[in-house]
Amino acid sequence: MTETTASLPTRIKADIERFGGVLWLPVVLAVVALILIGQPSTWATLTIAGLAMGMMIFLMASGLSLIFGLMDVLNFGHSAFVTAGAFIGATVLAWLGFWVTGGNPALNLTGLLLAIAAATIFGALAGWFFERVVIRPVYQDHLRQILITVGALIVAEELVLLVWGGAPIPVPRPQVLTGSIIFAGVSVEIYRIFAFLLGLLVYVAMYLLLNRTRLGLLIRAGVENREMVEALGFRVDRLFILVFMAGSALAAMGGAMWAGYQGLITAALGSEMMILVFIVVIIGGLGSIQGSLLGAILVGLMANYVAFLVPKMALASNMLLMMAILLWRPYGLLPAVKR
Amino acid sequence: MTMSQSNSALASKSGRDRVNASGWSGRALVYAAVGIIALALALAPFLFPDIRSQEVAARICVFIVLVASYDLLIGYTGIVSFAHTMFFGMGAYGTAIALKAMGPGFEAILLGGGAGIVAALVLALLIGLLSLRVKAIFFAMVTLSAASVMMVLASQLSDFTGGEDGITYSIPRLFSPATELLTDAEGRAMRLFGVPLNGKIALYYFVFVSALLLFLAMMRIVASPLGSVLQAIRENELRAEAIGYRVVFYRTTIFCIAAGIAATAGILRAVWLKYTGPDVVLSFDIMIDILLMVVIGGMGTMLGAVIGVVLMTLAQYYLKDLMALGAEATANLPLVPDLLNPERWLLWLGLGFILLVYFFPSGIVGTLLGKGGRK
Repeated sequence: MTETTASLPTRIKADIERFGGVLWLPVVLAVVALILIGQPSTWATLTIAGLAMGMMIFLMASGLSLIFGLMDVLNFGHSAFVTAGAFIGATVLAWLGFWVTGGNPALNLTGLLLAIAAATIFGALAGWFFERVVIRPVYQDHLRQILITVGALIVAEELVLLVWGGAPIPVPRPQVLTGSIIFAGVSVEIYRIFAFLLGLLVYVAMYLLLNRTRLGLLIRAGVENREMVEALGFRVDRLFILVFMAGSALAAMGGAMWAGYQGLITAALGSEMMILVFIVVIIGGLGSIQGSLLGAILVGLMANYVAFLVPKMALASNMLLMMAILLWRPYGLLPAVKR
Repeated sequence: MTMSQSNSALASKSGRDRVNASGWSGRALVYAAVGIIALALALAPFLFPDIRSQEVAARICVFIVLVASYDLLIGYTGIVSFAHTMFFGMGAYGTAIALKAMGPGFEAILLGGGAGIVAALVLALLIGLLSLRVKAIFFAMVTLSAASVMMVLASQLSDFTGGEDGITYSIPRLFSPATELLTDAEGRAMRLFGVPLNGKIALYYFVFVSALLLFLAMMRIVASPLGSVLQAIRENELRAEAIGYRVVFYRTTIFCIAAGIAATAGILRAVWLKYTGPDVVLSFDIMIDILLMVVIGGMGTMLGAVIGVVLMTLAQYYLKDLMALGAEATANLPLVPDLLNPERWLLWLGLGFILLVYFFPSGIVGTLLGKGGRK
């Protein structure tokens, strides 16, 4: 290839990178889907569903990604937090009963937030316990990490079955979030808007925490080069407990949100979601919040579009997406660490 | 620390070190146990003629092959794959679909099973080339996703696979209980130690001999130069690469070999069960079983696969009975009967597994042979 022909694609590539690069992928996907689907109103509904689903998956995936980025620990038991969060959220909603199902919107929302808060707090505490008891002894040892966390996952799933039983549990949805609104001919489920907004809120909070605070600076530095941060005198292991608790709490929060979205939950919920979460983490690149968000939105949109276009291909499509992206960028789209 | 280095703390040492480091009593125990198991399996139809024991014995045979082939990956090469049941299922489904479509015959087994093996090899090659060059932990996630997609496909392409219900089919006439292998003077099946020599016995020995041959082949692979290179990669990937071995090539090769053997084990399972469905060949529970078996027995030891499979399978079939008894005996106490509910046996297994990984990371056989151990 001569130099003149080679420089043009390179220049275009550089231009694309300057204006956001891979961040445009969801938009490209949405446009392609619009052409394939043809009806704008259906497309809009699917897009909003995809964004909402993506945000919930983001909640579950971001913690996993950060935990891996900071401490090089891959927690296969992460889905246990999702399951536990879902069941605790559902139980609290059921306890509150009239608060949730009654007509008062303020009480409705308080009830829902209480349920999500309960799940999140439980996730944080369980994460602390998990880090201390299960993961601490096997730092630096990937094989044993995988084995131990898979073992812990089995135990956790069995405990969920022990407490809540094997039958599917219905999740009451707050009155104010049921139904849908019609906006410009597009029907939008209110719960989806709520899920999207909550996810966005968490993302913004995490972004600010990581990029605008001293704590965030340390975490990011730890992801990039742990030894260096330790050499400068910071206790990275304490940071890690914090990140692990936060990651587990986010997983539980995502689980609780997902429970409300599904309306009927079983103990297999976590492991079903886990596949998508792994795909998101792989697509996004390990250790980066932006990557997780990008991956989650791609996966959410893909799942919804394909479920409409070719229903049987829904899960396989995400797998193909992952394969394609791995071929293109073996470390994911926006990796924070290349290890 | 990388995956490969960390592995060395687990199951380590080359063959020569092993001999020096180990106590002879542990070795004797392992060899005696494996010898007894081999003898028991070889004579299973005569020693344990009831149907349930037959089922247990055949399951043990198939799983020894499956688990040993998984050990080639996780124990000998340090590759963590969660797609092993996927390959197992491809062999089983290939056989099942062919037997259903072409009718019971050996050519159906040969053709369908062959197609299953080829499909498994191609898929393993694709996955390997695509993702074995990146981090080991990435590979674990990629295989997990691939396996779950295969599960979804199997349950959704119900025209081919029978969906969740699976496929039932007939197997060649030679293997039917109504077939007499040898007849006595009255024209009835001849009896040996009181057991009629019918097609069921032929079927068992078909499974047993195939499993034995596959297992011996794997013992050979492990002892071959290829096996040494794999262990070198496990111990220190960079060093192996620096010496001049193409790590990706070797990893992909062993991944394909393991996939092919798993698919062959799938054929055996399909022929024995006369039924193939997601629950018996594809489900994630089976993957967990395989993982537990390898780790309990001892990673990086072929004999460990034998011990792990036998212990786990016996636990699966008989621990539940024991737990049911315990639950009945403690029915008046709070919570205890729930904990002892036979459905909860995985809880105890999971706890035991975690403790095992903490305290005996090299597994039963690994510990007895004096390999690795705690450092």
